[in-house]
Amino acid sequence: MRVIWIALAGVALLAGSASGASKGGSVNLVAYSTPKDAYGKIISAFQKTPAGSGVSFTQSYGASGDQARAIAAGQPADIAALSLDPDINVLVRKGLVPKKWNANKYRGIVSDSVVVFVVRDGNPKHIKGWGDLVKPGIQVITPNPFTSGGARWNVIAAYGALRRSGKTDKQAVSYVYKLFKHVPVQPDSARAATQVFAQGKGDVLLTYENEAVYAERKGVHTEYHTPKASMLIETPVALTKSGQSNPAAKAFYKYLWTAPAQKAFAAQGYRPVVKSVAKGFHFYRPPGLFTINSKRYGLNGWAKVNKRWFDPNKGIMAKIERSIGQ
Amino acid sequence: MLHRGGGSLARGVALGYLSVVVLLPLAALIWAARVGGPGAFWDQVTRPEAVAALKLSLGVASLCALVNAVTGTAMAWVLVRDRFRGKSFVDAVLDLPFALPTIVAGLTLLALYGPNSPFGVDIAFTRTALLAACLFVTLPFVVRAVQPVLLELDVEMEEAAASLGAGPVAVFRRIIFPNLLPAVLSGVALSFARAVGEFGAVVLISGNLPFKTEVSSVYIFGQLQSGNQSGAAAVSVLLLLISLGVLLAIGALRHWRTRHDHV
Amino acid sequence: MSRYVLRFGVLGYLLVLLVLPVGLIFYKAFEHGFGHAWDAVTTPQALHALKLTLLIAAIAVPANTVFGIVMALALVRTRLPGRGLVNALVDLPLALSPVVVGLALFLLYGRGGWLGGLADHGVHILFALPGMVLATMFITLPFVVREVVPVLREIGTEQEQAAETLGASPFQVFRRITLPAIRWAVLYGVVLTTARAIGEFGAVAVVSGRIVGKTETLPLYIQGQYESFDTSGAYASSVVLALIAIGTVVALRAVHPREEKEDA
Repeated sequence: MRVIWIALAGVALLAGSASGASKGGSVNLVAYSTPKDAYGKIISAFQKTPAGSGVSFTQSYGASGDQARAIAAGQPADIAALSLDPDINVLVRKGLVPKKWNANKYRGIVSDSVVVFVVRDGNPKHIKGWGDLVKPGIQVITPNPFTSGGARWNVIAAYGALRRSGKTDKQAVSYVYKLFKHVPVQPDSARAATQVFAQGKGDVLLTYENEAVYAERKGVHTEYHTPKASMLIETPVALTKSGQSNPAAKAFYKYLWTAPAQKAFAAQGYRPVVKSVAKGFHFYRPPGLFTINSKRYGLNGWAKVNKRWFDPNKGIMAKIERSIGQ
Repeated sequence: MLHRGGGSLARGVALGYLSVVVLLPLAALIWAARVGGPGAFWDQVTRPEAVAALKLSLGVASLCALVNAVTGTAMAWVLVRDRFRGKSFVDAVLDLPFALPTIVAGLTLLALYGPNSPFGVDIAFTRTALLAACLFVTLPFVVRAVQPVLLELDVEMEEAAASLGAGPVAVFRRIIFPNLLPAVLSGVALSFARAVGEFGAVVLISGNLPFKTEVSSVYIFGQLQSGNQSGAAAVSVLLLLISLGVLLAIGALRHWRTRHDHV
Repeated sequence: MSRYVLRFGVLGYLLVLLVLPVGLIFYKAFEHGFGHAWDAVTTPQALHALKLTLLIAAIAVPANTVFGIVMALALVRTRLPGRGLVNALVDLPLALSPVVVGLALFLLYGRGGWLGGLADHGVHILFALPGMVLATMFITLPFVVREVVPVLREIGTEQEQAAETLGASPFQVFRRITLPAIRWAVLYGVVLTTARAIGEFGAVAVVSGRIVGKTETLPLYIQGQYESFDTSGAYASSVVLALIAIGTVVALRAVHPREEKEDA
C-alpha cells in the first residue's frame, strides 16, 4: 500500500511541475522549423514591453506542412508562422484562419529571404550558378517538397531561374528533373536538411539565406553563395480565429512588424520587410530576383504554382520523383 | 477464484480497457481508410510511392529476419553451450536494444556509421543503414526465443548420436535443428514484424528518399505531414494486416511447438 | 576450433552492432567534459522533457500493470468469448508500427474524428498529456500480460480453489494466493513496460505537437536538439536515457525468476 501512495505522490509532484500558469494571458505560437531562435529572441523582447509583460508563450516548431496539419487537427494556435502561403490556406479552408488574414500593410508577410547555395569551406566544387548543381558527381541536399515549405521555395527558385535565363517551360521542368537526380537525401524539414549537410553529406545545400547564416553561426564549416537569379522568399504569419479573440496574441502579432522585432529577425539572417529597418542592414540583392508572382517566368502566385507542381498525385514533382525512382 | 462474481468483473475491466486503448483507435483508423470507398483505398495503396515503400519495408524486414535467424541462433548457442569469462555480461548486454530508446539507437548509428564515422564507414542514408537499424532493434528476439529451448535440449541425445558415428553436422541437422526450428521461426517472425514498422531508429538515418530509402513507416509519417490523411490511413491498414498475419503465424508456431513437446 | 570461430564471430557482431554504438553515446556526451554534459541535461527545457517522460511512464505503467494482471486472469481463469481475437489484440502492439498507433489516435481524437469534439468542450487529448499517455499505453500494453499468463497457467488453480472452499472471498484469494505467486512475473513485466514507455518515439511524435517545454518528451527533445545543432545536448540527454536502459537491464537480471540450468 505504501508503495502506491509514494507513487501517487510522485505523479502529483511531476504533474505539478510539468504544468505552468501565467497572469498576463498566454499565446500559442506554432511555427515552421527555422525561425526558432528568432522567435525566442522576439518573445523575450516582447515580454519586456508593456503590452507583453506577464504574457506566457507556448512554442512549437517543425516542418511547415506538418505544423499546418497539426493545427488543422486541433493543436491550439493563436499565431501560425508557416513558411509559405499554401500552408496557411489549408487553415483558411478549414475555417481556422480568417479569409482576410493577409489584409495588413505587409500582406501578412513578416520576413523575406532568398534561396542560396550553401557549400563547403572554400567552395571546393566551384558551385556558383544553377548550372553547376547538375554537373556530374555533385550531390545536392534539399528537403522533401511534400512536407517542407523550404523545399518548395527551392524547386520554384530552380524553375524560375531557368526561365529567367531564357529557357522554355519544358526546358526548365527538365532541369528540375535533372536536379533531383542529384539529390541523395530528402529530410522532412529545412532544419533537418541543414543538419544532414552539417553531418558531412552532400556538396551543396539549397536553403533559405537565413538558414545559411544559422549554419555558419553554429560553426559548420560552410560558406554560401547567392545565385544571380534567385527567388524572393516571403514567409507569412497569420493570426488565427482563436488568436483574434486573444488580446495578448493580437498584441504580439502587431509587435512582429515593429522595429525591435524586425531587427531581431535581421540579426538572425532574415530580411526585414519594414523598409526603415531594412535600410540598416546590407543584404545582397541579386540582379535576377523574382517572386512567386513573376508572370514572365511562368509563376502566377502560390495557388496555381502549388497545384501545378506539388499536387501529391498529378503534380510535376510527384511525376519527377516517380520517374527518377522507378 | 474467478469462477463466480470476480470473473465477469475481471473480464469487463480487461475488455473495456482493451477497447478504449487499442480497439477504438484502430477502428477509427480503418474508418478513415475507407472514407473514399474501396476505389480510393485501392488508389492510395497502389500509389507508386506507397508500393515502393512497402516493398522496401518488406525487403529490409525479410533480410533482417534472415540475418537474425543465423546470428541469433549462433548467439544463443554461444551463450548456452560455450564457456568463457564475461559470458553473463554478454547475456545481459543483449537486452539493451530492447531497453534503449529507438531514437537514441538511430542517433548513435548515424554518428558511428555516418559521414563523420570514426572508422570511415559511411552507410548513412542508404538501404544498408536501414538494415543496420533494424538489426539493432531486433537483436534480442531470436536469441531470447532460442535460448530457453537450447537450455532444455538433452545433451545426452546428441552424445548418443555422436557415439553412433554421426558427425557434428549430422547431429546438428538431425537433432538440434528440428528441435530449435519452432523457436527460431517465432523469433524470426517477431523480428520481421518489428522491422516492418520500425520508425524511431530509421527516421534519422533513412534519407527519406522516395523509391530509394523511404520505408512504409516514414512514408506514412510523410503523408500525414503533407496532409494526405486517407493515404496515410490506407497504408497503415495494410501494415496492420501484416502485423496481424505475423501474429497469427506466431500463434500457429506456438501451437506446433507445444504439440512437438508432447510427442 | 570451430567453437572459437563461432564465439568470436558472435562477439564481433555484438561489438560492431551494439557495444560500439552504445559506447559512442557516452564518448560523445562526455567529449567536452562532464560539466558540459551536466549543464546540457539540466537546462530547463531538458529537465522538463525528462519530467514529462517520467510523468507519462508514471501514469501508463501502473495502468498497464493493473490491466495486465486483470487481463491475464481473464485469459487464463475465465472462459473468455473470442479468446483468439483478444490474444491477438493484446499482442498487436509488439508487431505494429508506432507510427500507425500514433496515426490511429490522431484520427480518433483529431478535429473531425469520432472523439474530436471533446476538444471543443475543453478536454484536450491530442497535443496534450492524455494523448501521449494513451499512445504510450497502447505501445506498452502486452508486456505485463505476456509475463503473467504463463505463470498463472503453471501454478494452476488448486490452491485458489482450496482457499475458496475455506470461505475466502475472491479478493482475499487474489491477495493471499495468486498475487504472491505471480509477483516476480508482474515485476518483470513492469520493468519491460517502463523501458518501452520511457523510450517511445514514433507514436508520441505523431500526437505530441512538440510544444517546447510542454509536450516534448525526452526522445522528442533529443531529436529536436540534434536538428538544432545542439548535438552535445542531444548526446547528453541520450546518455540519460541510455543509463535508464542499462538500469532496466540490471533490473531485469535481478528480477528474472528463472533458474538457470548450468549446462553439463
